[in-house]
Amino acid sequence: MTNVADATPVSGRVQPPARTSIRGLIAQTEIDLRLFGMLVALAVILLTFNILSGGKFFQPTNMVTLAVQATGVAIIATGMVLVIVSRNIDLSVGSLVGVVAMTYALLMTDWMPNILGMGADFPFRWVIALGIGVGLGASIGALQGFIIAYIGVPSFIVTLGGLLSIRGVVWYLSSGAAVSGLDPNFQLIGGGAQGSIGGNLTWILGLVGCLAIVALLINSRRQRRRFGFPVRPVWAEILLGVIGCLAVLGVAAFANANFWPKGLAEKYAAANNIAIPEGGLYIPTGFPYPIILLIGVTLVMTWLATRRRFGRYVYAYGGNPDAAELAGINTRWTILKTYALMGILCALAAAIASARLNGSTLDVGQSYELYVIAAAVVGGTSFAGGIGSIPGAVLGAFVMQSLAYGLSFMGVNSPGQNVVAGIVLILAVGFDTYNRRRGR
Amino acid sequence: MTVAERTPLVVMQDINVAFGGVHAVQDATIDLNAGEVIGLVGGNGAGKSTLMRVLSGAHPADSGSILIDGQPVSIKNPRDAKAYNIETIYQTLALADNIDAPGNVFLGRELTRAGNLDDPAMEDATRKVMGRLNPNFQNFKIAVKSLSGGQRQAVAIARTVHFNAKILIMDEPTAALGPAETAQVRALIRQLKNEGIGIFLVSHDIHDVFDLADRISVMYHGQIVGTVNKVDVTIDHVLGMIILGKKPDEVTQTELAQLHG
Repeated sequence: MTNVADATPVSGRVQPPARTSIRGLIAQTEIDLRLFGMLVALAVILLTFNILSGGKFFQPTNMVTLAVQATGVAIIATGMVLVIVSRNIDLSVGSLVGVVAMTYALLMTDWMPNILGMGADFPFRWVIALGIGVGLGASIGALQGFIIAYIGVPSFIVTLGGLLSIRGVVWYLSSGAAVSGLDPNFQLIGGGAQGSIGGNLTWILGLVGCLAIVALLINSRRQRRRFGFPVRPVWAEILLGVIGCLAVLGVAAFANANFWPKGLAEKYAAANNIAIPEGGLYIPTGFPYPIILLIGVTLVMTWLATRRRFGRYVYAYGGNPDAAELAGINTRWTILKTYALMGILCALAAAIASARLNGSTLDVGQSYELYVIAAAVVGGTSFAGGIGSIPGAVLGAFVMQSLAYGLSFMGVNSPGQNVVAGIVLILAVGFDTYNRRRGR
Repeated sequence: MTVAERTPLVVMQDINVAFGGVHAVQDATIDLNAGEVIGLVGGNGAGKSTLMRVLSGAHPADSGSILIDGQPVSIKNPRDAKAYNIETIYQTLALADNIDAPGNVFLGRELTRAGNLDDPAMEDATRKVMGRLNPNFQNFKIAVKSLSGGQRQAVAIARTVHFNAKILIMDEPTAALGPAETAQVRALIRQLKNEGIGIFLVSHDIHDVFDLADRISVMYHGQIVGTVNKVDVTIDHVLGMIILGKKPDEVTQTELAQLHG
């Protein structure tokens, strides 16, 4: 093994780690090992349940249902990462989801037709409702962010107050009643057979994903070449590209292995004069809309966190608040924005939750704050601040949801699921802390 | 001094800062010329750092005025100070530990391409500056938390060098460094001075100050006791000012005896 430090230093040029061990080879691909470890953990969990259930667990319907159930928590967890990274907390997300979900329901059943004069046939009603909900979420989030950043009340207190009082507002909105009957288009946000993009679009999306991966790899290589920096070896680039594309296409194929329910498919065939072929009609559902929404949110949030000044400032503040302030960063405005962003994400999660229910009840979003914080923390976000990744939090949400879904699949009741979830949370963070301490 | 002397680079006039009822800085007046090193010394809590924090925008003054090149300016926050090419190396270094060296050098002033962070360009610029400051530095991609004290110092200095500081404030720059790294920083201070940068050097280390400064300003209980040319005084004179808070010619024999006692 040659010692890199002994080589004559040439300013502006570095040698890539010249090691031949497996660890060295992995280092050359610059794969995020934490993220990779979480993927492996997720795979192990799914496989274990599959074996325990005698192969029934690993069916596309199960996997798609599991994924859709995880979307709400996963979407909010992407924002919780930024909040925790900047040394704050948001306990109000569950209540925020509740109030926005109730707003969607009341908008489409009552306020839009009766007050705003937008009947059931009004064009793009679902878009308008969604816009109002997102605006409401952003405003409440920004208000909490303002109190935290500019007035200086600790975020734990402000959002605990939010958790209590906003849930109370939900009751006043509907006088305690459940509200149902959303716009049919809005319901598609919740997924299901019809709330999915279908087989062809799923394949197209998969191909677009592959092209994007290749383009990103090439662009990043070109950027580093621009300044003569060391680049990954070509084999590593190709390996990354192939693995990435296979993963994307694999997920697309998996989604397309999920078919419309028999009754629904036959009804659809009858309505559209399609002859039902020998052996039954199989219409692939493809990606459900909530999954598409989650993919979009994850991409945008990752871009905000890693490629924009805003994200850099959030991480810098988390790493050293004084340094961020002394560097001339408007730290208060940055913190306020993280909470406004949380409000927007809560409104998107509320859309999925209410669409799945076709309405809203008093307790939509209840306890979300706990699952969201757990997802972020299992995904590697540190309460010490400054550390956390958005794809990690999404994976964390999937890990927690897989456990819950798998256990319920095996007939474990919900208290039992909670026991396991709590233990896993502590184990995951304990393992991570141990790893980090050893790695230093 | 002649009337026709050049305009000082910085003049801080009658600066007052109070924390609650405590006057941290009281009617302090101090000036700095281009290519000059002013040593700012005094005991703990004498107000040196607070006075410098006024100039760097970290803590605005309650009253008093600041002139840059003879023009009155208003410095309310660190951004204002940076706009006047005032750069500061804080005692704590003020680095975001979780971010890599280029991210820290450009913190608050990131380079962008179409609104997105241009990390390769920032890394390139950082490599160039580091090539001058510390050619052995190679860890451009890891969080500065993992760097040694000297390397972290180099990152903090690289920030000021890259952005062409005209006025440099160094608060205890060698306090946390070993002998070799201290020598490196001293050499750098001389180099920057020769490039025409005006430097405020805040230090506890009287030898550091005597080695590097052209003039020495002594603070005592928030006030400037006096500013002396280094060539006119001895270390004992300055120590007397630091401990007794009086100019050398005001010190009585008894006080001097106590000092040496």
